[in-house]
Amino acid sequence: MSTATTNGKQAARTAKPNRLAGAATWVDDRVGLAGVAKKQVRKVFPDHWSFMLGEIALWSFVVLLLTGTFLTLWFKPSMGEVVYNGSYDQLRGVSMSEAYASTLHISFDVRGGLLMRQIHHWSAMLFIAAMFVHMMRVYFTGAFRKPREVNWVIGCLLLLLGSLEGFTGYSLPDDLLSGTGLRAADGFTKAVPVVGTYVSFFLFDGEFPGDAVIPRFFTMHVLLIPGVLLALIGLHMLLLVYHKHTQWPGPGRTEHNVVGYPMMPVYAAKAGGFFFIVFGVSALMGALFSINPVWRYGPYDPSQVTAGSQPDWYMGWPDGALRIFPGWETELFGFTLSWNIFLPIIVLPGLMFTILLMLPFIEAWIVGDKRDHHLLQRPRNAPTRTATMVALMTFIGLLWAAGGNDIIALKFDLNLNYITYFIRVMVFVGPVIAFLLTRRWCISLQRADQARLLHGYESGIIMRSPEGAYAEKHLPISTEEAYTLTARDRHHEKPLPSEADQNGVANRKLRMSRLRTRLSNRWFSGEVEKPTREELDAAHEHSAHELAVHEDGHQHLSSGDYSGDYELDGQTADGHQFDGRRAIEGDELRKS
Amino acid sequence: MTVHEREGMPGNEDAVATSEHGTAPARREAGDPFPDPGLHEHQPRPTDVDERAGKRAERQIATMFVLSALCTLLFCVAYFVFQVGDDPDVIMGFGASNLALGLTLGLALLLIGIGTIQWARKLMSDVEIVEMRHPTASSETDRAETLQALDAGVSDSGIGRRPLVRNSLIGALALLGLPAIVALRDLGPLPGNKLAVTVWRRGMRVVNDVAGTPIRPEEVEIGQLINTQPEILFETEDGERTYEGTELLQAKTKASTIVVRMQPDDITPSAGRANWGVDGILCYSKICTHVGCPISLWEQQTHHLLCPCHQSTFDLADNGKVVFGPAARALPQLPLMVDDEGYLVAQSDFTEPVGPSYWERGDA
Repeated sequence: MSTATTNGKQAARTAKPNRLAGAATWVDDRVGLAGVAKKQVRKVFPDHWSFMLGEIALWSFVVLLLTGTFLTLWFKPSMGEVVYNGSYDQLRGVSMSEAYASTLHISFDVRGGLLMRQIHHWSAMLFIAAMFVHMMRVYFTGAFRKPREVNWVIGCLLLLLGSLEGFTGYSLPDDLLSGTGLRAADGFTKAVPVVGTYVSFFLFDGEFPGDAVIPRFFTMHVLLIPGVLLALIGLHMLLLVYHKHTQWPGPGRTEHNVVGYPMMPVYAAKAGGFFFIVFGVSALMGALFSINPVWRYGPYDPSQVTAGSQPDWYMGWPDGALRIFPGWETELFGFTLSWNIFLPIIVLPGLMFTILLMLPFIEAWIVGDKRDHHLLQRPRNAPTRTATMVALMTFIGLLWAAGGNDIIALKFDLNLNYITYFIRVMVFVGPVIAFLLTRRWCISLQRADQARLLHGYESGIIMRSPEGAYAEKHLPISTEEAYTLTARDRHHEKPLPSEADQNGVANRKLRMSRLRTRLSNRWFSGEVEKPTREELDAAHEHSAHELAVHEDGHQHLSSGDYSGDYELDGQTADGHQFDGRRAIEGDELRKS
Repeated sequence: MTVHEREGMPGNEDAVATSEHGTAPARREAGDPFPDPGLHEHQPRPTDVDERAGKRAERQIATMFVLSALCTLLFCVAYFVFQVGDDPDVIMGFGASNLALGLTLGLALLLIGIGTIQWARKLMSDVEIVEMRHPTASSETDRAETLQALDAGVSDSGIGRRPLVRNSLIGALALLGLPAIVALRDLGPLPGNKLAVTVWRRGMRVVNDVAGTPIRPEEVEIGQLINTQPEILFETEDGERTYEGTELLQAKTKASTIVVRMQPDDITPSAGRANWGVDGILCYSKICTHVGCPISLWEQQTHHLLCPCHQSTFDLADNGKVVFGPAARALPQLPLMVDDEGYLVAQSDFTEPVGPSYWERGDA
């Protein structure tokens, strides 16, 4: 195609070769992904600080992969006995496992080894903490609703696997503290009815501690669990891209669109840059804050322990449940059933995990909502949901505190026994109180929103009426804010299904559907519905009426809420704009 | 390019109430008070309108990248300058190598991160873009075609018409789970009665757990607690220890003990235990009956022994009975006596399994 298409004076030339286009063409000739990529390159993501929490988890996982790989270059996952003769004076000549000795070697004789160990441990904390907070963000804002339930389930699995990954990694150095953790885990395993003793002997290759558990945990820690984590994270991200991110409601933001900045270049830069920030912060923590100083604990010895022994914080709540559980044990036909271990440490975490997994499905079943949702809800606009999570958090939080009952007793000079008795009661009472309080709190916040819509915001301008009454001037909020506040569902009480409606349906089904309707009505009960146009107009008319000049020629101010249609017009408020008894044109005060 | 979505405009308000499935269109209902005012108009930033502000931002960002490069170089320098090992360099009580490497690496990374994000915030376009969502579910025709294809596939396979093939395959596949379990059998030996016995034997000396020295009753003061082990764990044969490595740890896991001396009058031995002590000296398992932590927090005045892991508390004057905490069973007691040379020795092994309980414990 070198035929000139114009009769211009300059000869036609091919465009300057574009290197980017060249590379893209090379790739597409071989993999043919342009059709998919064209939509993704400029894919839009909405902006909000809370959307960054999951990103922290993602990037700290990458930091874990990088630093973990570095550590494997020196770590020896072996329980073979060696005599330490490295640089750490206090332990020289002590018999210990190769795992512990190589951990000391990394900490004292490899340059940057201690740094990588500490970054690895800190980013593990960050990984799990970020997953927890991200999960709560997703729950509180209703981002788990259809079509995102599958991603919720994947997220829960990530949290579970992340905790397991943390526990296996924590056990690898084979120091006194982690060995004590393993010893406890051995006790947990043995408490499982019927198979427990066998599982323990298989896990440790014989009697605890055996010489197999560290190499076995190592394989799980560096291969099996990270592999599954990686696959699930990939799936999690894939679904995120497919669903497109949820967004907060607001002007121009609907269920049908997503408003924000494009992947290329804004999010590539922001998210890519954020990786460096997460890595950088972890590195600074590794430089400045000591974590898990295993050399102070010494090698594992089953006859020794330190006071204040605790698991890493994310394992603290089942440990707390274990601490406050009464010492129940049953002997039946010569067999021993240790309720005091089996219930709090095996059954309870499983139960809590199942509840977590089921939350989206429970809510959807109760409220009977089958629609797709892409707009987020403020926690206050879903009081029962918010209260449910706060109740769960209270339960976990109390157990977590119980996991440190000895530390609390020591630091606050309290009686350990009383703390334990107190928490035994509070784990049942606390969540109920938290649920009720949170629900009322949410509804109060809804009322505050309603007041803003109906009466405007508090301007801070106090006006005095001729009678001497004072009232604060309320000004109308912007239409954009008003729109945002009202961009939520209205819930109508559902009538109970009657027998007649369910003609020919089994009695049990009717009872179920009645239960569901009752639960649904309870779920939404007490909520403040957004105002209708009529209610809004009535409220505005009411305030205009209050402002009106009365027959006696005076304007009466009530001492209550006060509102009107005045605008500040971007001027400094002096109060006189609103009393209606004074001409304001040419007012000196307004000019400033 | 900004597309304003006019979702809330009149005529588009009633979609929610009618559709139970499918997307809820923007929560608009009849009677909603406010129409969608549409997207904000884009507000230009200083860097959008002021060439100088743009240049300044560019310089800031470039400075961060240059500083990051500098930190990276400093990291390499610090790697070789500061020593670890036998005689490590120290700065303000910190290991110099760790501190310098961490700070330079951290700053190098942070500066790249902050610079890049600053670039995105100041210099990249901040015009919001609207992208339309597609329904998550596939179209009805796609679904129908897929189902049809599936049906065709299934019926071609004859899986429905030939139940014998289907069922035998299901059975064979399910059975394949067995090797996955059976092949794990060699993970470890069977428990046998290993958990029920320890290395303690009649006449074995009770020795100090660090030095391995035997103990005479008169050396133990009232109120004192001594961490002890069976003497065999310190035994050597031709200079080799009888127990070492894993075997030593396994033996210790069950055989670790504590020796305490109380006022003989304070002790209330249960039936058959009257002669298990020597002048108020008693010996108990050191392994908690809860999940197996070694216990050693000794309250002299109350004769209570507290486990540091989960705070189970045992009364050693009262046969090791649980007085507080999650443990269910008393601490096993080792019967003591004195041998010919006047040292404390065991009368026998423990009379019950020590440590955490397990399913078959009652058989022992």
